[in-house]
Amino acid sequence: MPRVHDRGGWPGAGPIDKAEHEPSMWEKRTDALLVLLTSPEKRVMRVDELRRAIESLEPRAYETMSYYERWITAIEALMIEKGILTHEEIDARVKELNERGR
Amino acid sequence: MHDHEHADDHSPHAPLQDTHELSYYERRAQAIQALLIERGVVTADEVRRAVEDMDSRTPAMGARVIARAWVDPAFKARLLADGKAAVAELGIDTGPLITLVAVENTERVHHVVVCTLCSCYPRTVLGLPPDWYKSLSYRSRVVVDPRGVLKEFGLELDPDVEVRVLDSTADMRYLVIPERPDGTENFGEAQLAALVTRDSMIGVTKARVPEPV
Amino acid sequence: MSGADSARPRFKRGDAVRVRAAEKPGHIRTPWYIQGKTGAVEKVHGAFRNPESLAYGGDGLPKPCLYLVRFAHADVWKPAGRASRDAILVDVYEHWLEPA
Repeated sequence: MPRVHDRGGWPGAGPIDKAEHEPSMWEKRTDALLVLLTSPEKRVMRVDELRRAIESLEPRAYETMSYYERWITAIEALMIEKGILTHEEIDARVKELNERGR
Repeated sequence: MHDHEHADDHSPHAPLQDTHELSYYERRAQAIQALLIERGVVTADEVRRAVEDMDSRTPAMGARVIARAWVDPAFKARLLADGKAAVAELGIDTGPLITLVAVENTERVHHVVVCTLCSCYPRTVLGLPPDWYKSLSYRSRVVVDPRGVLKEFGLELDPDVEVRVLDSTADMRYLVIPERPDGTENFGEAQLAALVTRDSMIGVTKARVPEPV
Repeated sequence: MSGADSARPRFKRGDAVRVRAAEKPGHIRTPWYIQGKTGAVEKVHGAFRNPESLAYGGDGLPKPCLYLVRFAHADVWKPAGRASRDAILVDVYEHWLEPA
């Protein structure tokens, strides 16, 4: 049984939806963050680690989250894994940002 | 007043006022970015410049490469031998992390590119990949039924054409050189580049045919 | 070839190779659909750091040799009816390949 990300030949795949969406600002910044974090100058993480973290998502989550939702979730997990940020301080900042309504 | 820096405040592209509820993930992204800036891991300026670099990379870059390859056989040979060096001649920097490999479509061989495991794509030459390229459906189907997928994109190939599906599983990023359309013998590079679509450089279509005169 | 710490490539263009079938835990870049299948080396890319190690903070050394391997579509999917002449080409690391 292939893992959820190993998608070649996955059964039940329907017609290809060709609609395209312009990435939003947060998606572009998430992408930019990955480029910076994996750059040789910073070498905070590797693209391989991002892939591994995404592949570790629960299968249902992998299949229902959007592309950049998977990315930011993986980046968060890796920042915590590497001891750069903590879950608590991210939660606290989210709460603060929500309260400020920005 | 708080002393936090926020990338939003520095970006000329930030919406004037968020009138929508930020999604859970958008909020987390905002928090993570703010914290990483405070921690000195990245700066707001670096993020802004990385977004600008991303925005500057579009399929038009790849189209110029293809047009040059069509008019200049020696350039095409260099492109096929060393993608990075060849596109650097046109001012395109593919960066240190990937190896650009150009593959040529002919009337006998048709390449189409996918990444079944994730979404690897020659971003440095084509910009960000379209959603469909990253979709579970494309990733699943194009290796099993490439001709069915091509047909969905409007391309039907003779049975004696060999379709080659390239699954980008490592550091190689594949760029398809589509066939040069008939009737373009007198076209200049800019005119030729206008015929080269993003989809033809992925391989799900051919290049556009010139308008009849 | 890239990397001073790489051994000589085991395979060359044209060699028949079979992809190992392995229930290998962790991050791998060998798609399930080619595991156990036989193909031919199309191109020798050279030595590249091992993603299976990089994915966990390792240095990916020693660099395995990476190959573009070509599989006949019909060999991979065993379709009913007349086989096409189509092919699937995949980048595969040397430690996943054995002579066929």
